[in-house]
Amino acid sequence: MPAPIELEVNGKKCLVNYPPDTSLLTVLRDELGLTGTKYGCGEGQCGACTVLIGGAPRRSCQVPVSAGVGKSITTIEGLEKEGLLHPVQQAFLEADAFQCAFCTPGMIMSSVALLHAKPNPTSSEIIQFLQGNICRCGTHPRIIDAVRQAAKTMQGGRP
Amino acid sequence: MSDSTNNLFLEPERSEFRAAPIHHFELARRDFFKLLGAGIAVFAIARNSSAMQETAPGPRSFHSEEPPKEITSWLHVGEDGTVTGFTGKVEIGQNIRTSLAQTIADELRVPFESVRMVTADTALTPFDPGTFGSRTTPTMTPQFRRVAAAARDLLIGVAAKEWNVAPEGLIAADAKISDPASGRSLRYAELARGKTLAQNLPAEDPVTPAAQWKIAGKPVPKVDGRAFVTGRHQYTPDLRPAGMLYGKVLRPPSFGATLLSCDDSAAKAMAGVAIVRDGDFIGAAAPTEREAQNAVAAIRAQWKEVPQISNKELFAYLKEKASSSSEARHRNQKGSVNDGLASAAHRLDATYTVAYIAHAPLEPRAAVAEWTGGKLTVWTGTQRPFAVRDDLAAVFHIPEGSVRVIVPDTGSAYGGKHTSDAALEAARLSRAAGHPVKIVWTREEEFTWAYFRPAGVIEVKSGLAADGTLTAWEFHNYHSGSSGIETPYDVSNQRTEYHPVPLVLRSGSYRGLAATANHFARETHMDALARAAKIDPLEFRRKNISDARLRSVLDATAKSFGWPRKKSQEGRASVSQLASKRAATLPPAQKWPSTAHPAPCASFAWWKHSNVAPSSIPMDCAIRSSAR
Repeated sequence: MPAPIELEVNGKKCLVNYPPDTSLLTVLRDELGLTGTKYGCGEGQCGACTVLIGGAPRRSCQVPVSAGVGKSITTIEGLEKEGLLHPVQQAFLEADAFQCAFCTPGMIMSSVALLHAKPNPTSSEIIQFLQGNICRCGTHPRIIDAVRQAAKTMQGGRP
Repeated sequence: MSDSTNNLFLEPERSEFRAAPIHHFELARRDFFKLLGAGIAVFAIARNSSAMQETAPGPRSFHSEEPPKEITSWLHVGEDGTVTGFTGKVEIGQNIRTSLAQTIADELRVPFESVRMVTADTALTPFDPGTFGSRTTPTMTPQFRRVAAAARDLLIGVAAKEWNVAPEGLIAADAKISDPASGRSLRYAELARGKTLAQNLPAEDPVTPAAQWKIAGKPVPKVDGRAFVTGRHQYTPDLRPAGMLYGKVLRPPSFGATLLSCDDSAAKAMAGVAIVRDGDFIGAAAPTEREAQNAVAAIRAQWKEVPQISNKELFAYLKEKASSSSEARHRNQKGSVNDGLASAAHRLDATYTVAYIAHAPLEPRAAVAEWTGGKLTVWTGTQRPFAVRDDLAAVFHIPEGSVRVIVPDTGSAYGGKHTSDAALEAARLSRAAGHPVKIVWTREEEFTWAYFRPAGVIEVKSGLAADGTLTAWEFHNYHSGSSGIETPYDVSNQRTEYHPVPLVLRSGSYRGLAATANHFARETHMDALARAAKIDPLEFRRKNISDARLRSVLDATAKSFGWPRKKSQEGRASVSQLASKRAATLPPAQKWPSTAHPAPCASFAWWKHSNVAPSSIPMDCAIRSSAR
């Protein structure tokens, strides 16, 4: 049995007993029950498994769990604070920026990372940044609207 | 290829819309109310069924009767005023959970928030053949509107009886029945209290005209939207019932391969692993996905493979294997194409090919199966829950009543989730393991083992008069299907034909059916003809179409994207930019699955007065059309 691995996920420390080369996605979903992070392709191509590691967007299906040690990991479940949605979540809701919504958690996590790095992105910067997140339903125009709306809200000082 | 395979001609349109067997409603009335609590219920009966004809309009309760068979939807108003609509349709992102609730709220005169929809649960919802063909809104929405109107009348009837007044003067609004004459009112919750009233949908019942809709047709927040943006919604792959194991299936190396021998001793020796071998099916269930994967990898299997058609050979194969004499219903002829071609000033012949295409829903095919004392429950993302139930019952030799299929709101389907593959696999492994088992297909399995939109070859021969009038049109679709095959343009000499071909890969329903391929070929060809005639493509189409409605569609479409726009270098530039960008962004060593396909493309043969030798110009239509 390998030594337990300590992770910090959504501000909470946890110990997991998985081989160190197991994907972070598997550990989040199967061990920690954080199923908001989705398996879409397992090859880092679709973006459905996007989480933040130290604030940066990462494809959790491509990250071995051992690489998450000592870093702060944020999943879609960690964005809501005391019942208050993150502005990006709120904007996706208001812009109705999803159909089947299977891509939505990954889309939101990438957008949060984008707005953290670039608080006021242009539409083409949003498109470029979200290229690695696939929405098969075709809701992209609304997703772009949602990200622009979230940028406005966040610049206006809302949380 | 064997005789039996030769008979497998593909007709997705027909199989998708085939008449479903009428299933019997198994829930007894007393169970229905036990399940939902007392209240008021209205049932919609399939049109033309005898049960419907026998139903007298007006409120009545059926004490000793079973609920009528052939029910297609129903509605329940509970003692707490909660309104529940039941339908066998599935939510796959098309937003029917919201739109059907809007309809019910609108017609029943209750707040949108008080309506909830129970969808696609074979134990709770009426039989439904499946969610496909964009039929939910045109068929289920009007039905729920009539059901809600009948429930409203029933509530008015209850209030009228209570107050001993005529129902005609009573008003339903804001989840209340009011009597303007006396000023009295009763809330729906109060009217439903202590009742077990059920009614069949009256044959004729007026519904609210669209102009007076207050909730339907207006934007409302998506039902459960918050669960989707917080990741709380549980799709099938997210379910984890207690004691659940993860399942993996050993896939054959190619289509049609059969198992010769199998050594699973190493896999069986692994702790906590259950191995199932049943005919050509080999799978493993284990406490973690990795253990299941390792177990499957440890199985030594030998397969007998059959020769496969390569992408390179595919289109020639489809032409070669097409049946020479198609059925009359696949042919349509008018005038003489030969005469039309002979009199043409320009001729243009072209061949279009359409690759096999995977549906690629972002949520892969998945199922969780659980056996409890001979009864089976399966959660799975499918468009046809009742068909999956029937498949499970047939495969496991148990009554339909022992199988319950539940469809959690699903991560899209596009026609790709009609079959029960994952459900059968999970159920087979679960039965052997004695635990619930979850199967989630990998993306690789999606691209190799899910059924495809079929490939096709489309050949077009055409002729134009000097003024740009179409004189001849001959259109052959090999294999991909006959949907949308007829040309809407006016051509006095025309022939269209669909040629079925035996299946090469597993193929089935898909969004848009063959209309996608046929429209692609026809409209690409029309653009090429417009260039030949040196006429603007919109004008060229208008010139050759007399149907007023279609002309309006063309005009409205052209207007919406600003056609005609200035002949721009812009358009040209964007093509080359697109092309170079594509080249630049392609990953250097991408490992594509073996079924990867080229984009649809066309080759043209051109000549004028049919005395110039034809030449072949290969084109990438995907890039070309994006320049428009």
